Amino acid sequence: MKELRLMKGNEAIAEAAIRCGVDAYYGYPITPQSEVMEYLMSEEPHKRTGMVVLQAESEVASINMVYGAASGGKLAMTSSSSPGISLMSEGISYIAGAELPCLVVNVQRGGPGLGTIQPGQADYFQSTKGGGHGDYRLIVLAPASVQEMADFVELSFELAFKYRNPAMILSDGAIGQMMEKVYLPAQKERLSNEEVEKRHGSWASIGKKPNRERNIITSLALQSEVQEKHNFKLQAKYKQIEETEVRYEELNCEDAEYLLVAYGTSARICQKVVQLGREKGIKIGLLRPITLWPFPSQIINKLANQVKGILSVEMSAGQMIEDVKLAVEGKVKVMHYGRFGGMIPAPDEVLNALEEKLIKNN
Amino acid sequence: MAKVRGTIIVDVEKCKGCDLCVVACPTNVIRLAPDVNGKGYHYAYMENPEACTGCVNCAMVCPDSVITVYRLKPSKTEAATA
Amino acid sequence: MEDTITTQDIIKNGELVFEKTSCLTDNVLSYCPGCGHGVAHRITMEVIDEMGIQSETIGIAPVGCSVLAYDFMNIDMQGAAHGRAPAVATGIKRVYPEKYVFTYQGDGDLAAIGTAETIHACNRGENIVIIFINNGIYGMTGGQMAPTTLEGMQTSTSPFGRDVERMGHPLKMTELVATLPGTCFVTRQAVHTPSAVRKAKKAIRKAFENQKENKGLSFIEIVSNCNSGWKMTPVKSNQWMEEHMFPFYPLGDIKDV
Repeated sequence: MKELRLMKGNEAIAEAAIRCGVDAYYGYPITPQSEVMEYLMSEEPHKRTGMVVLQAESEVASINMVYGAASGGKLAMTSSSSPGISLMSEGISYIAGAELPCLVVNVQRGGPGLGTIQPGQADYFQSTKGGGHGDYRLIVLAPASVQEMADFVELSFELAFKYRNPAMILSDGAIGQMMEKVYLPAQKERLSNEEVEKRHGSWASIGKKPNRERNIITSLALQSEVQEKHNFKLQAKYKQIEETEVRYEELNCEDAEYLLVAYGTSARICQKVVQLGREKGIKIGLLRPITLWPFPSQIINKLANQVKGILSVEMSAGQMIEDVKLAVEGKVKVMHYGRFGGMIPAPDEVLNALEEKLIKNN
Repeated sequence: MAKVRGTIIVDVEKCKGCDLCVVACPTNVIRLAPDVNGKGYHYAYMENPEACTGCVNCAMVCPDSVITVYRLKPSKTEAATA
Repeated sequence: MEDTITTQDIIKNGELVFEKTSCLTDNVLSYCPGCGHGVAHRITMEVIDEMGIQSETIGIAPVGCSVLAYDFMNIDMQGAAHGRAPAVATGIKRVYPEKYVFTYQGDGDLAAIGTAETIHACNRGENIVIIFINNGIYGMTGGQMAPTTLEGMQTSTSPFGRDVERMGHPLKMTELVATLPGTCFVTRQAVHTPSAVRKAKKAIRKAFENQKENKGLSFIEIVSNCNSGWKMTPVKSNQWMEEHMFPFYPLGDIKDV
């Protein structure tokens, strides 16, 4: 049965993880996401479900602990914020290369460098285009509410195991820290070792049984021919994900003459912008990507046939706009509006920007 | 007088001719062959097979696990020669 | 009389006293001739064979010469990023506490880039085994200076010998982790002579027995040669190891709780 609670986004992720039957959380404190591990530790999930929660010595260690547990077919996750995700990028690349399922949560803050502890969305490139080395992709989900923080935990693991690929929840400090009501899923049991073996015994490294070959988890192939073949396999998988897993939400797009594209906290603000614009007689619609990778290019391309201009609204200097432009294929003008370094745009600023950048010049 | 007899079988193609077994052998049984294997290594062989006691020292230090060792105890030695 | 006994007679009537364990694969080892890695691999796998735990053991391979350890060890394995093996081992051991988990790491991997992961896994007392091969050099990348390179020792990045004033001192990881409460068994061994191999194998056996009894982390350093990196024959490198490595890295148990 679903249970209604008032929670912080970070806490919702933690509680959802316990309820989804996650086997292990390995993490390291960093603002603004420390509540994830604090909540887990205070809940003592080893008593509730047998879930392992361990505070590692660094983000580098955390992500490699995730690699270890994921290698055994277990549901393993970590969470961090921007500078910590940079440290994890090595491990994420190895996880992607070794095709392991796991969840990484990034509650973004403003950067670059140590930056600020206030919310940001400047890790879009890092999350959707790589971050670590090599040709790989993460399945990136962008929650815009505390409810989605909770819901996306299970969805992430579902997708991660479906494709044997790391998934990321790309949130930000605002959604991590804000309190909202949230319907929590019913408690699921963790899978037994026998069940894990039944489901993932074909690849998981959990002890070689006499009736099968060794299961080796690695991202290494010294022979170029083998490594290229592996890359082709990854690319085919990514293509399939792009064709199957795009998720987005449309708000007032049916009759829209101007389109806002925004995710996460920016999308929450843009909901208000749509309302303010329509009160002034400007028909604005909002397209909210839920998956940042795969990116909802098709729907944006379709909407570009209908609208006069598109504004990409981000808490960054303009990162997602590159994907919006690629999707639009030059059909209409695409502009960016953003605040960054921990600043959050206000609805009237965004509306002004839309009027200045798209309507006045048309 | 009867003594323990041993013998070794060297997986010639996997031997890298490192010489460690030659040094480890207490009875100077093993030498590196003047011939080479398919990879050009002078492989180990028994130059003095009758001196082998099957002590396993060569196999202990062999990094490539290419040596198999057999041992025949004195009573059985006599039986075998009878 | 005895000379009439042929090799065939001995094989036929005698007993098989040594053969390669089936816990090693039939792949040809990628190591240089005479490298200690081969023996260290073998005795580790012999212990797993003798304990009957092949189907319950998960090994973690490092980056370095033994990056391909999983090609030779006939068990389920995971290849870790450089230095991260103790974290990977922690990750899997925590979710499978009943299984046997060990890492196999070289000195660059364990004592340089992976120092933090090593020390913290040891300090937490993760119930795993760490096998640490110390040959005082980066073998795979072509013989560069390692954290364990001896003072004065020549490598490709200390071509005139390690000058400790400028390059720092060799690091004794094993003594260091012995001070941590999470380690239960810390020992330094070698595999260059038959008796050393037997002792090292006993230590590895003890380490896995410790894991069975949930005693904490067992740490086994094996001082080994790198004849290619040291630019010596295998036999000469073992002599050099005795003369130069052992005085600084003395063999024996450092901690046994």
